[in-house]
Amino acid sequence: MEQQYIDLYKQHHESIKKHSTGVMNDLRDDAFALFEKLHFPTTALENYKYSDLKAGLSIDYGVNINRIPIPVNPYEVFTCDVPGIHSYLYFVVNDAFYPVKDIRNNSLPEGVIIGSVNQVAETHPELVKQYFGKLSSKKEDGLIAFNGAFAQDGFFMYVPKNVVLDKPVQLVNIMRSDVDFMANSHNLIILEEGAKAQLLVCDHTVDDVRFLSNRVTEVFVSKNATYEHYKLENMHIKTTNLATLLIDQQASSNVLANVITLHNGQTRNTVEIDLDGEHCETLLCGMVIGDKNQQVDNFTSIIHNKPNCHSRELFKYVLDDMSKGGFTGKLYVAKDAQKTAAFQTNRNILLSKTAKMRTKPQLEIYADDVKCSHGATIGQLDESAKFYMQARGISGEEARLLLMFAFTNDVIENIRIPALQDRIKMLVEKRLRGELSKCEGCVICQ
Amino acid sequence: MLEIKNLHANINGKEILKGLNLVVRPGEIHAIMGPNGAGKSTLASVLTGNQAFEVTKGDVTFYGKNLLELSPEDRSREGIFLSFQYPVEIPGVSMVNFMRTALNEHRKYKNLEPLSATDFLRTMREKKELVEMDNKLANRSVNEGFSGGEKKRNEIFQMAMLDPRLSILDETDSGLDIDALRIVANGVNKLKTADNASIVITHYQRLLDYIVPDFVHVLYDGRIVKSGGKELALELEERGYDWIKQEVDGK
Repeated sequence: MEQQYIDLYKQHHESIKKHSTGVMNDLRDDAFALFEKLHFPTTALENYKYSDLKAGLSIDYGVNINRIPIPVNPYEVFTCDVPGIHSYLYFVVNDAFYPVKDIRNNSLPEGVIIGSVNQVAETHPELVKQYFGKLSSKKEDGLIAFNGAFAQDGFFMYVPKNVVLDKPVQLVNIMRSDVDFMANSHNLIILEEGAKAQLLVCDHTVDDVRFLSNRVTEVFVSKNATYEHYKLENMHIKTTNLATLLIDQQASSNVLANVITLHNGQTRNTVEIDLDGEHCETLLCGMVIGDKNQQVDNFTSIIHNKPNCHSRELFKYVLDDMSKGGFTGKLYVAKDAQKTAAFQTNRNILLSKTAKMRTKPQLEIYADDVKCSHGATIGQLDESAKFYMQARGISGEEARLLLMFAFTNDVIENIRIPALQDRIKMLVEKRLRGELSKCEGCVICQ
Repeated sequence: MLEIKNLHANINGKEILKGLNLVVRPGEIHAIMGPNGAGKSTLASVLTGNQAFEVTKGDVTFYGKNLLELSPEDRSREGIFLSFQYPVEIPGVSMVNFMRTALNEHRKYKNLEPLSATDFLRTMREKKELVEMDNKLANRSVNEGFSGGEKKRNEIFQMAMLDPRLSILDETDSGLDIDALRIVANGVNKLKTADNASIVITHYQRLLDYIVPDFVHVLYDGRIVKSGGKELALELEERGYDWIKQEVDGK
C-alpha cells in the first residue's frame, strides 16, 4: 500500500505544494524521504507493538490534494450540543479548515489568532515559520512523516503574552465523504508567556464510508502558560483515527491533556510531552470505553529534561466483547532532571473473556534524586462490591454500571470545563448502558 | 416471618450448614452465637443470596415466599437487610448516589415514585443523626477510607434508610470500641418496632448487654444445637463453648 502513496507523491507533489503553503512545503520533501525510508509503522516496531494498523491502512482511500471544496455546511451536519459550553467554535471538514462566520467568535480577546495554517502563514509568516514543524520534523515516525508529506493545511491558534481565553476553543473535526476517504492535517498551537487556553477537539464522522484520519498537532506552551487539551472521540466503527499530539513545555508552564475514546473503529493516539523548563506541571489523562472489535492504543511519552517538574499520568480502560486496548507509558528522566516527581497509573477492566489489554510502563531514569512510580492493573469488576450493592436492593445490572462509572470517574474529574464534564459524564453513562453515545445532531453513529 | 427448615449449604464443595432450623416472628430479636467456623456468617450469606454459597437442601421462606429463589436485590427489596461483617469499600461511588439508587429501587419495587431530592436529603439527614454519623462521611465514596467504627455505623445508617423487616447483624460489634458499640446498639434499638425483627450474630455476649435478645441460639457444626433465653448468652460468656461441644459430640 505504501507504494501507491509513494507514487502518488512523486506524480503529484507539485499539486500538493500548490494547494498548501511555503512553511509546510519547505519540510515536505524531507518528510516524504523519511516516509520512503520508514514506511507505515508495523507491530514489529516497539512503539507500535499494540497498534496493528495493517487493515486500516490497506484500504484504497480517496484523497483531495487539489483541495476541491467539500459542499457541506458543518452547522447542518453537526450541531454540537454540549449545553452551556459557550465555546469559540471552529470546524475542520476532512483536512480543510472551514471558514465559518460565527458571531460568537467575534469576541476573541485582542491579539488572539485562530484560523487555518495556510491563512495565517500569509498574514503572519514569521510567527508560523518560527514554530511549524519544530517538534514533528525531529520525530522518526512513519505516520508523522506521512503527515508531513501529505498534510496541506491545519488548524492554527495563537494566544499572545498574558492573554487568557475566557472561553474554551472548540475544534470539531468532521469526516465527510461519499467514498472511502483519508484526511491528513497538521495543527499548530502557540501560547506565549503567561497565556491561558483550553482546546476541545471533537472528532466526528458524518458519512457511512471508511475513513482514515492522520492528524499531527504541535503545541508550544511558553513560560508560565497554562494549556488544556481535551480530545473527545466519538466516531463510527469504520474509522481509523491516528492522532499525534506533540507538546513542548517551557518553565513553570502547566498542561492538562485528556484523551477520551468513547467510540471508534481503530484509534492510535501518540502523545509526547517534552518538559524543557523547570517547575513544569503536567497531567495526562485518558479513558477508553471499547466494545465489539474496537482497537485503541495510547502511546504516551513524557520527557523530563529539566529539574523540578511534576508529571502525572492516569489512563483507564473498560473493554468489552472482542475489543483490544494498548497502553504505553514512557517516562524519561534526563541525568540533570533532579527532583523530578512522576507518577503513572493505568487501570483496566475487562468485561469479557475475549477482550484484551496490553499495557507497558517504560521508565528510563538517569537522575538519582527523583520520585517516580508506576502501576498497571488489569482485572474484572469487583464482585464483592457488586454483591454489597445488590444486598442494598440495587439490581445487578445497575450495580455493574455504577461500578464501571465509578472506575472512570477520576479521569472525568480531570476535565476542568464544567459543562464538558457534565456532558462527558452523561455520554459515558449512556455508553456504559450500551446505548448510543452519539452527540445529538449526529446522524450516522450506529 | 422467616422460616428456615433443614438448611444445608456448601462453599467450594465443603458443607458448612448441616440442617439448620430457625423461626423468626415479627418483634423478635434472635441472637446467634457459636465458636469460630460454626457457620454463623455462612447463614447470613445464604440468607442474603451470596452466590459463593450453594444451598443443597432445605427451605427458607420469608412471609411465605421462597427466599432461595429470589435474587439478592429482590431479597433486599422484600425487606431483608444484612449489616456486613466486613463492609466493602467502593471508590468512586458516593454515599449519596449509592443510597439514592438503593432507596429508589426499593420504592420502584413497591410501585412508589422516586423520592424528590429534597425529601431524600431530609431523610438522609434524619437517619444520619440516629447513628451520629459525620456529615463528611456521607459526602465521601462508600466506605472508602472509613475507620472500622465508621463502617459499622454506616451499616446501621443504611439499615435506617432502608427500613427492613428483618435485619441480620453479622458481627456488628467486632472492631468497635465501647462508645461506638453503644452508638451502634442505640441505633438498632431505636429502629426496633413490633413489626420488624433482628438476627444478631455475635461472638461475645457484650453486644447483648445493649441489644437484648428474646432468644439465644448456639450454632455449632452447621446446626443450632441449643436455644434459650438471654441468660444462655451469659452462661456461654462464663463457661465458653466447650461444654456444648462435648454435649453435642458426646451424643
